Amino acid sequence: MIHSLFLVNASGDIFLEKHWKSVVSRSVCDYFFEAQERATEPENVPPVIPTPHHYLISVLRHRIYFVAVIQSEVPPLFVIEFLHRVVDTFQDYFGVCTEAAIKDNVVVVYELLEEMLDNGFPLATESNILKELIKPPTILRTMVNTITGLTNVGEQLPTGQLSVVPWRRTGVKYTNNEAYFDVVEEIDAIIDKSGSTITAEIQGVIDACVKLTGMPDLTLSFMNPRLLDDVSFHPCVRFKRWEAERILSFIPPDGNFRLLSYHVSSQNLVAIPVYVKHNITFREGSSQGRFDLTLGPKQTMGKAVESVLVSSQLPRGVLNANLNPSQGTYTFDPVTKLLSWDVGKINPQKLPSLKGTMSLQAGASKPDENPTINIQFKIQQMAISGLKVNRLDMYGEKYKPFKGIKYMTKAGKFQVRT
Amino acid sequence: MDAGLASLRSDAVGAMRTALVSAENLQLSLRTGLSQEEQALTQTKNNPKETNKTGNEDLKEMLESNKESLKLEAMKRVVGLIAKGKNASELFPAVVKNVASKNIELKKLVYVYLVRYAEEQQDLALLSISTFQRALKDPNQFIRASALRVLSSIRVPIIVPIMMLAIKEAAADLSPYVRKTSAHAIQKLYSLDPDQKEQLIEVIEKLLKDKSTLVAGSVVMAFEEVCPDRIDLIHKNYRKLCNLLVDVEEWGQVVIISMLTRYARTQFTSPWKEGAMCDENSDKAFYESDSEEKKDEKEDKPYVMDPDHRLLLRNTKPLLQSRNTAVVMSVAQLYWHLAPKHEVSIVTKSLVRLLRSHREVQYIVLQNIATMSIQRKGMFEPFMKSFYVRSTDATHIKTLKLEILTNLANEANISTILREFQTYVKSQDKAFAAATIQAIGRCATNISEVTDTCLNGLVLLLSNRDETVVAESVVVIKKLLQTQPTQHCEIIKHMAKLFDNITVPMARASILWLMGEYCERVPKIAPDVLRKMAKSFTAEEDIVKLQTVNLAAKLYLTNSKQTKLLTQYILNLGKYDQNYDIRDRTRFIRQLIVPNEKSGALNKYARRILLAPKPAPVLESAFKDRDRFQLGTLSHSLNTKATGYQELSDWPEVAPDQSVRNVEVIEPIKEWAPLVGKTKKAKSDEKFYSDEEEDKEEEGSESSGSEDSSSSSSSSEESGSESEEESSEESEKTSSDSGQSSSRSEKSSSESESEKKKKRKTKKAPQKKSKPSATESDSDENGNGPVAQASSLSADSSSSGSDSDSEGESDSDSVTPQKKKSEAKSKPKVEQKSKKEVSLLDLDDFSPAPTNAPKSAVISSSLLSDLEGLSLSNVSSTMQVTTPSFGPVKTYELLHHMTGKGLSAKYHFPRQPCLYEPSMVSVQVILTNGSDHCLEEIHIGDRSPASLNIHCFNTIERLEQEASVTVSMGIDFSDSTQAANFQLCTKEDQFSVSIQPAVGELLMPSSMSEQDFCKEQGKLLGMNETSATISMATANTSSQAINKHVLSVANVGVVSSSQSDFHRFAGRTISSGALVLVSLELKESPAALLTINTEKSVMASMLLRDLKQALAQA
Repeated sequence: MIHSLFLVNASGDIFLEKHWKSVVSRSVCDYFFEAQERATEPENVPPVIPTPHHYLISVLRHRIYFVAVIQSEVPPLFVIEFLHRVVDTFQDYFGVCTEAAIKDNVVVVYELLEEMLDNGFPLATESNILKELIKPPTILRTMVNTITGLTNVGEQLPTGQLSVVPWRRTGVKYTNNEAYFDVVEEIDAIIDKSGSTITAEIQGVIDACVKLTGMPDLTLSFMNPRLLDDVSFHPCVRFKRWEAERILSFIPPDGNFRLLSYHVSSQNLVAIPVYVKHNITFREGSSQGRFDLTLGPKQTMGKAVESVLVSSQLPRGVLNANLNPSQGTYTFDPVTKLLSWDVGKINPQKLPSLKGTMSLQAGASKPDENPTINIQFKIQQMAISGLKVNRLDMYGEKYKPFKGIKYMTKAGKFQVRT
Repeated sequence: MDAGLASLRSDAVGAMRTALVSAENLQLSLRTGLSQEEQALTQTKNNPKETNKTGNEDLKEMLESNKESLKLEAMKRVVGLIAKGKNASELFPAVVKNVASKNIELKKLVYVYLVRYAEEQQDLALLSISTFQRALKDPNQFIRASALRVLSSIRVPIIVPIMMLAIKEAAADLSPYVRKTSAHAIQKLYSLDPDQKEQLIEVIEKLLKDKSTLVAGSVVMAFEEVCPDRIDLIHKNYRKLCNLLVDVEEWGQVVIISMLTRYARTQFTSPWKEGAMCDENSDKAFYESDSEEKKDEKEDKPYVMDPDHRLLLRNTKPLLQSRNTAVVMSVAQLYWHLAPKHEVSIVTKSLVRLLRSHREVQYIVLQNIATMSIQRKGMFEPFMKSFYVRSTDATHIKTLKLEILTNLANEANISTILREFQTYVKSQDKAFAAATIQAIGRCATNISEVTDTCLNGLVLLLSNRDETVVAESVVVIKKLLQTQPTQHCEIIKHMAKLFDNITVPMARASILWLMGEYCERVPKIAPDVLRKMAKSFTAEEDIVKLQTVNLAAKLYLTNSKQTKLLTQYILNLGKYDQNYDIRDRTRFIRQLIVPNEKSGALNKYARRILLAPKPAPVLESAFKDRDRFQLGTLSHSLNTKATGYQELSDWPEVAPDQSVRNVEVIEPIKEWAPLVGKTKKAKSDEKFYSDEEEDKEEEGSESSGSEDSSSSSSSSEESGSESEEESSEESEKTSSDSGQSSSRSEKSSSESESEKKKKRKTKKAPQKKSKPSATESDSDENGNGPVAQASSLSADSSSSGSDSDSEGESDSDSVTPQKKKSEAKSKPKVEQKSKKEVSLLDLDDFSPAPTNAPKSAVISSSLLSDLEGLSLSNVSSTMQVTTPSFGPVKTYELLHHMTGKGLSAKYHFPRQPCLYEPSMVSVQVILTNGSDHCLEEIHIGDRSPASLNIHCFNTIERLEQEASVTVSMGIDFSDSTQAANFQLCTKEDQFSVSIQPAVGELLMPSSMSEQDFCKEQGKLLGMNETSATISMATANTSSQAINKHVLSVANVGVVSSSQSDFHRFAGRTISSGALVLVSLELKESPAALLTINTEKSVMASMLLRDLKQALAQA
């Protein structure tokens, strides 16, 4: 399946290679570089590139291309999904997945890749299993290892590998038993010129951090499960129980994991928590343009809208922007023409605004399209769809765990067309 | 087998011996050899790799030292070198010695090194073999497995017999993990030495029988690599694989599913045959909605779905919920290639979900959706909005989304899509804008209603500033004009005028071609264009020159008087052109059109040759033929056959022997047969939500399983009928006295609601089926007669009732653009009209004389009105979110099926702002056809009073029997509870019906703070205040209960209150927008003071009565 893997950084250097079958020369990446040159943006490189003898499937994450070399027919998603899993694992191990982090931990990276694939076929991708095989590097452990001569490679076959719950390791022990669940919802929306919603959807995930001793069996139920229209589960969730009773029943992995992701059924109207008043105009023949933007809260159920960040890709003709924010700071990059305005928290009494002028290239004709405005925000303690967790029960263990649920709403791909 | 093994073993021993001997020799010569090499190294000082090599020198020293930590450090650096792609092969001898190290990390790193370089240093690699052989016997399964992994990864042909032996032994190992490793090793050995195929197949056969989920994925992978054509090995394991599938690890699932897809295509007959019916015996049990198809069984040759085929479909379905996108995609392709047409749509939602994933995942999924959407529009149409383009999407994602939107376009949604395209045309990404123009062209040819609109819009685009946009428009217009040239000389003239400004060769060529083709329609202009071209001929691009020659020839034939000289001039220029194509063409044209003695017969036909009517080009999707490849494959993605692609065979005419899949006794088959005898309805109902019991039964494990299932089936049957009863009971109640709503009935109604909802979730699949079949007239259901079993009817009606939600949603989707329009401009518009009007014509941005000031004014004013509108929608949706009960929806009967000759209608107030006009109350009507024939042309006829303002729903062309549809309408009640009377018409009949709204439905919630509330209340005193002391039921005194009761009666918003004994609600009347303030002050229980402040005193008293009743009830 996967023959080789090359890691390519933003400047086009291969900084890591790994082969699972016979060695493929790195010159195969020239085809990739060609495609990279053709693409105007880094994101525009096609994920699947055919070459005379191989196929290159690549993903771009954290400004690193992970290029897998394939020799014969394989579902492309299989490879793509695997590559993303590799990135996730690196992130899990090193905190960040940057070129520097990978280079610093090259041995661990190699050991991981060795365990994750055998002959190009995925072998162990569960983070719980991998962590038993190869301990994540921490400063403390490195010190202890150098003193005692111990290694960070496990000698035993991870217990999970053979059990019916491969995602959980055995013999987990904690003094404080706790289980935290974060319900995070994202609103994807396109708002048109006049402020009406063209499309709006709510997607949510429940991320869990479970630190419980032994083999706890948890059930999580919702007040209003029928809000959930389409769901996908971590393998630990018992699907049949969900089908029959709309209850999430599972033996959790140890540590952080994504329990569930869902889509809220579209017959519910989506509450849009912010509105934008905008007036962006360019005049024919004039080298000035007006920029006027005001944000305001709306349908927030009394919760504050925080961490608001507005960004917009201004037309190419704009040379500079001279704006005046009523709060927060803004930056304009004259090269990429990216305007971003870090607003912070919206105060409903005093709405934040950004006003001023843009200077345009002299003599250039006025841009066809007004820029699209992308907005990011966060609202704490609220799930915009109204989803509520009813209760969390634990079976199979004696102790009383500490339980916590947190709700949050965020902007996903939230765009305002102007 | 034993004998074979023995001989193999002796082989292996022989090989081992030679290996060891050579290894010993090597070890002896190792020292000297290396020292020579060292000398060589020190000599080549100027070697560019010198630093590297000296670096390696100290690495070697470290590796040969006695300290573990030094060795480990060295190995880490070596691995670093490998990772960077630097050559570290000369360290091989030093590294290989450490293969037997006690330190497990060191050992692992040595393994990494060994696998990387063994191929280059085969002889030295042999040194390590004996270590692995020893490790293969280790009591620790982990060590056995990793030894096998490394041993099989060493690509040295001499050890093939050793590997073979190791694989065979490992395949019989007790540990499933070791067996899994041996399955992986099979592929490695096969790629090393394909001659071992036969023996390896034996091992595969053995491992296929393995019951461990750990092994299944890996061995199927080995099967696919080594012997994908040996389908016969699968037969006996087919059912086991199907049943294990859910528990196999995710990567294995992908491989198994794609293998099973191929397998099924060779073993089962097609479920897609014309009039193919799912056989009752097996299928009925699972898909209850098929019950209506029962009688088709009597058709001459019914299609019987093989139970094994069904087993596969059923066991893969839960995997659609997997978090792994590859698994979801592979299930989707399995359904696409194997499932009966009406079941395929269950994969839609999951595929759309994948679009939220990473960019690369989106790319692949969109490609597959593009292919699917060509054949099955209906599948993705409800999700059209998910394919709207965002400015942040990568270009290839944008074009794919565009492709899908174009595929989905039909008469109903074209206006929405064109509006969306309007935005795209203005995109800063010009390549994408050009692609949009092509898409508009495709829509225009496919949907004749909008051809003119599109054409006009494209003509406007011709004055765009951007060259690529103009060029693309010209090309597309050319194609469009070809389809209907008669009325369009204006456009051609316009394009001729633009000709001077257009520089893109393709566009110029297109205009020239148009001139030539329709030169008789523009007799004055065409020669002039030719004149201009003659002047600039030499400077033009080749493609333009060719068209110029063409134009000249055509003009010569039609208008030789004016153009004879020009033509000759151009032909002369062409004769000496640098490009041979142009010279050839010139020569050919000259012979053809200029009569001389040699030209002969062809000359006579010149006119017919050049000016022959040409068929219009068909604008097609680039994904049209992609479905020749299996979906989800690399080949599909690239649209070429990739190496190793396994063709998906066609369905066999006659299914091969089914019994080959039987294992021992006929376990599953036996289970299938007796099920038939049971009550089908119960069975069918239950199958849907309890797969679990089903599985138990399936495996024939215990009798408890079947008991279980029967009990659950009865309960579900009960719940089904319960909900039915409930709704009828309720409708009776509401008809007798509308205000009366006991809390009990309400609770149960919401319960039954949830019940329905639940059902809807699980039944999504079969319901969807009915939709496409309604549109595709050739589908299976047409031949159905009246088969309505009492039981199946109830199930059906309940399911159709819940269906309404989704229907309603899609319905409202299609009207949103109109809503936006009307909202923004806030003036009433007849729907049909607006539909046509939505066009590209308001691309006013492009018109050459932009007047900026008025436009911005328009924007801001519409924005203002919109903001006003928003506060309205704002509240309603807040309410939706805040109310715990999610608004118990009461359904009223509009038309009973007895009076309606089979047509029954129910309505409810969805309490959403009306899409058509803000002053209207939106009403959702569920129409159900209970008759035994299709009803056609359901629409709204005369209404009374005549002034009544109703927004009618679109005429329903056809309603199949047992089908139901939800439509939404808007009624302006003018804030009175006077009934709206109108006629509901079908093709044959008319029924007078009336909708009488409860007073609470004439309101919409309004949000205000407590302060505002008090302020407003202060303004509405005296005559405008109505109050009464009521006695509340004790159960109702909690604030939650009060909110619930009030909200159930009236559509008002809760005003947060600082006092716990004071509850306030605010609303506005929908039509006139008058404030309605409700406040409830709790005195000592059970007394409470209910006050209503509003200008509409009639409403106030009615509302007061209703609320009083609601609150008084326990």
